[in-house]
Amino acid sequence: MLNTFINSVNRRLVTIVVLVLSCPAAAFAAEQALLGGGDKPWWYWPIILFIFCFGLGILAVMAGVGGGVLYVPLVSGFFPFHIDFVRGVGLMVALAGALAAGPGLLRRNLANLRLALPVALIASTFSIVGAMLGLYLSALNPDIIQVCLGATIVGIAMLLIFSKNTEKPVVTKQDAIGMALGLGGVYWDEGSRESVEWKTHRTALGFFMFILIGLIAGMFGLGAGWANVPVLNILMGAPLKVSVATSKFLLSITDTSAAWIYMNRGCVIPLIGVPSIVGLMLGSLLGVKLLAIAKPKMIRYFVIVVLLFAGLKAMDKGLGLGILG
Amino acid sequence: MNAQANLASRPSKEQVIYANILVIGVWIGLAVLFLTYFIYLSGLMPSHVDMSLVTNNWDKGVNEYLEITHSPHGWGWLSLLGKGDFLNYLGFAFLALMTIVCYLVLVKGYISKKDWIYAGIALAEIIVLSIAASGMLGSGGH
Repeated sequence: MLNTFINSVNRRLVTIVVLVLSCPAAAFAAEQALLGGGDKPWWYWPIILFIFCFGLGILAVMAGVGGGVLYVPLVSGFFPFHIDFVRGVGLMVALAGALAAGPGLLRRNLANLRLALPVALIASTFSIVGAMLGLYLSALNPDIIQVCLGATIVGIAMLLIFSKNTEKPVVTKQDAIGMALGLGGVYWDEGSRESVEWKTHRTALGFFMFILIGLIAGMFGLGAGWANVPVLNILMGAPLKVSVATSKFLLSITDTSAAWIYMNRGCVIPLIGVPSIVGLMLGSLLGVKLLAIAKPKMIRYFVIVVLLFAGLKAMDKGLGLGILG
Repeated sequence: MNAQANLASRPSKEQVIYANILVIGVWIGLAVLFLTYFIYLSGLMPSHVDMSLVTNNWDKGVNEYLEITHSPHGWGWLSLLGKGDFLNYLGFAFLALMTIVCYLVLVKGYISKKDWIYAGIALAEIIVLSIAASGMLGSGGH
């Protein structure tokens, strides 16, 4: 009885702490303070950024989304950094997270190399095009990128609400491309204690979607897990676990090519980059531990609301309406 | 789980090597990032761009920022490794180069298995990533 009560209090406490830590209001208040007088010492923003990213890391794990997709709209909306630097660091954040997760996923055979390699080649090639296009557009007028980013983020929030992933999709007949590339495999499912055999279909359409995913990832500096998973799972028919793991691994390749474009252009400032990467990674580690006692469903809804707000704020900022502050 | 399924659900040799290289590389990369950031913030090495100049200009577009702070683009940071701020790029570059290193292992593995399609895909990926890293594409702009 006492244990149940303590667990219940813990769960609520953890949920509240996570929501408060990652709440954009903290950064917003700080932004207002800075606008009121630019007399803050140099270390002020890196510390605020570290704390904010720490909360974001916890939130991302609990909500089952990548750090990059939250980082770019929120930091560009509530911190005083130019969108060029936010996108450059956003890619480094997503890359570091994906690299750290990669070994475990590969060893357990959840991330599948045969599935990842062809789509990674397509996505990484087009993420270079996206990065160059994004930098070109933001040099012309950064508001164009803000509006497009806002619209994309609102679209991602909608995707999180409406997409219905399937645990083990039924693929009756594999197409010729999938067969030629050997896109299939077997993995051991700990939950159901059985080995699951899988194969893909609609491969050509799936490959085409990765052109768009690469373009968007490069243009806005977003990790593209939110798009990879539905394409691999719903469209191509890979099991959900394989899709999630392969998607995470994929980010380490897709984001590498775009990150190099941004880094070579000078868009990665260490004073912004390191607190973001370290904060998000430490937050993610804690998030994994807190996952057992928090309420992920409630946090997922919170993330969707935050994404919607961040997307609308980016559009508001880009259009110069000033409705959302 | 029967023996055949057990064998099939095991990761391939290349996959395990890839994972092993990645795990070592990520920890080294993060350690370098952490150490160089400490050197930067502690002022053990002088900075090329003063901290206040960074914070006063990070709201400007990248081209304007580079111009004001006299910062290089592309691989120009290599010539400024004696400066605390540019020393941090060692960690960033190390992390961003990890995938290329891992792919070299894949190419070797696929060639030895005579899996020419995947050897070609892996080789093409190395070329794509190397072009992106080289700074040939879009490192100009100011």
